[in-house]
Amino acid sequence: MESVVLRNGVVVGSDAVSVADVLIVDGLIAAVGVNVDAPVGARDVDVTGCWVGPGFVDLHTHLREPGRESAETIASGALAAAVGGFSAIVAMPNTEPAIDNVALATYVLDQGSRAVVDVAVAGAITQGRHGERLAPMAELAQLGVRLFTDDGTGVQNAAVMRRALSYARPLGVRLAQHCEDENLAADGSMNEGSLSSRLGLIGRPAAAEEVMVARDIQLVRLTGAPLHFLHLSTARSLAMVGAARDEGLPVTVEVTPHHFSLDESACSTYDAHFKVNPPLRSPEDVAAVRASLTNGLADAVATDHAPHAAELKDLPFDEAPAGMLGLEHAASLTYEALGGSSADPVRFFALMSRNPARIAGLRPSDDRIRHSGHGGAVAVGEDANLVVFDPNGAWVASRETLQSLASNTPYHGRNLMGRVRFTVVRGAVVVDEGVLA
Amino acid sequence: MIESIRGRSLLSLHGVSREALVEVLDTAESFVEVHQRTVKKVPALKGRVVASLFFEESTRTRLSFETAAKRLSADVLSLAVASSSVKKGESLRDTIATIDALGLDAVVLRHRSSGAAEQVSRFVPHVRVINAGDGLHQHPTQGLLDAFTIRQVLAERRGVSAVETGAALFDGLRVLIVGDIVHSRVARSDVDAYVTLGAHVRVAAPGTLLPIDIDTWPVEVVGDFDEALEWADVIGLLRLQNERGTGSFVPSLSEYTTTFGLTVARARRLRPETLLMHPGPINRGVELDSAVADLPAAIIERQVSNGVPIRMAVLYLTVAGTIREVA
Repeated sequence: MESVVLRNGVVVGSDAVSVADVLIVDGLIAAVGVNVDAPVGARDVDVTGCWVGPGFVDLHTHLREPGRESAETIASGALAAAVGGFSAIVAMPNTEPAIDNVALATYVLDQGSRAVVDVAVAGAITQGRHGERLAPMAELAQLGVRLFTDDGTGVQNAAVMRRALSYARPLGVRLAQHCEDENLAADGSMNEGSLSSRLGLIGRPAAAEEVMVARDIQLVRLTGAPLHFLHLSTARSLAMVGAARDEGLPVTVEVTPHHFSLDESACSTYDAHFKVNPPLRSPEDVAAVRASLTNGLADAVATDHAPHAAELKDLPFDEAPAGMLGLEHAASLTYEALGGSSADPVRFFALMSRNPARIAGLRPSDDRIRHSGHGGAVAVGEDANLVVFDPNGAWVASRETLQSLASNTPYHGRNLMGRVRFTVVRGAVVVDEGVLA
Repeated sequence: MIESIRGRSLLSLHGVSREALVEVLDTAESFVEVHQRTVKKVPALKGRVVASLFFEESTRTRLSFETAAKRLSADVLSLAVASSSVKKGESLRDTIATIDALGLDAVVLRHRSSGAAEQVSRFVPHVRVINAGDGLHQHPTQGLLDAFTIRQVLAERRGVSAVETGAALFDGLRVLIVGDIVHSRVARSDVDAYVTLGAHVRVAAPGTLLPIDIDTWPVEVVGDFDEALEWADVIGLLRLQNERGTGSFVPSLSEYTTTFGLTVARARRLRPETLLMHPGPINRGVELDSAVADLPAAIIERQVSNGVPIRMAVLYLTVAGTIREVA
């Protein structure tokens, strides 16, 4: 493996930044410092002005394998992740069939081991994601699965959710909930409000999310088990979870780039590229989600990358599937939302790498079964899972240049600031000057 | 604001100006006369191709559009697709592309999904799209024909020419719309038309059948049908859309009839000149008692027959794009 030295970058630590060189040898960080001596034949790259930090970790990636490989495979999703600066992703279990057993989880991990980035897998909470009987969480935990979710929908039955939390707690695994009460959200295809009413589209009210957030906070209190809240999208949801955390409850929160970059007005032309669950919200909720990046309410940015075949997004709005791509634009949108040129790099890497790695159980100190360490320090001896992010890189999002097999990005034509120059996975440069190596 | 529908698609009445609405009503008046001829045809759209695509069942709207197109001498391609585009395995985009390959000037589209007409207008931007009802969103030609019918009847009563009155007869006109507002594309188009033309609109419905944002509509909500009975110059009843599961929004149909149905007892309290309207098909005995539907005050059949001149006007203005050459 070629040795690489990244010269003169802004190395982003967990609480401070410093200008230094980073030497990568044999998959590990071999030196960090000023004027580092590189071995003979090492590649020397000037990254002056760029942020060098731990590779991004996505807690929420929908790969469509098995079941809908025409929209995305594990391999293609990993390519999209790499160009987005991610060194590790967590594959969501709502494939067809759902990942609710050891055989399927093993399949995804094996395919993932051949992919360009590290692929962890989340298991289903309930068998078939039907919300009734628990999936074999203990067996899956032995395989290294650390996160469980029925994402796509939430566990609707409160008693089943309580049982799942109680079962998960001694296993040391974390449940993650898609909070939407289906009785309230059923048939809805956008945020409920004046706009949905004018457009004649049935709404998914903010309350559909908030009642499940409120319920689950009480269940965390009851069971003491940790719970991760997926893609929170309303001001009230965030406030409730913030209060629960202040009380000492073991809750974590992710927010998505689309919920802090786009609001419901994007739906006004019935373009199904803007259909997603939970839906794009009011400008007030979007502002609250955006604020959560800096006020500490959000632990992590997660993409909810959801590939869909192009013809499905041409369907009428109410018939089209929900979900949008996210991996390739998440870092730029997060940088923009953190204030662009005034963004704090420490906070940026906390949201994009360190916290999601901790929530997913992918930190260097976490027990490792399949993967290397992610979200750690940029320090000698650590696995070289790194990203070089150029905060001054301006570019335009385009559906024509995506690595994902699907093209359902809502950002086509959007001007972006901040760009991934290099992604390094286990010491290998997989994205080189923004292009797959 | 849309100042005229000439030469453009008609997707919604939201944002269509008073002048544009009056232009359609006046054009329709000129086509009423065609209906009284022995040869009920004008050459206005001769050589033009109009496709009528109904992805949702409809009898009156479809017949009315096709009759209108034929009276204008257009060639009509008619495609009824009862099932949804998904079930058929062909996307709306592919269906439209296929038909467009035959050389279209206009598409009349009915679809169960809100926004379908707007989407089609994006797929084939060179074709005029006329929304014949999309989901819960809009049914613009129904709104136009309702306004047309009101103006026609009021003008006859006063012995004046409807065209000469412009929008004056709507000034301060008191219209009460009753029933399933939330699921009604007719209500949205009617409110847009009536309010823009100058009417004062009230709505009455059970709480579950009022839109969540009704406070932002340019209407007044009355809690009780009886309260507004004597106030109204026009009462527009809406169909309780039981086939869309609306039944579960009220405890029972009989309770609905008791509280919001136009029963014989309520009809007795109406002022004699009050007009009764319904977009059809009527659930007799639910929102409207059979005996009331047959009263002279009920102008429901007029609404149906006015569908043809209104749709002639809409096709003519959107496709030919000029008002000069009406035969």
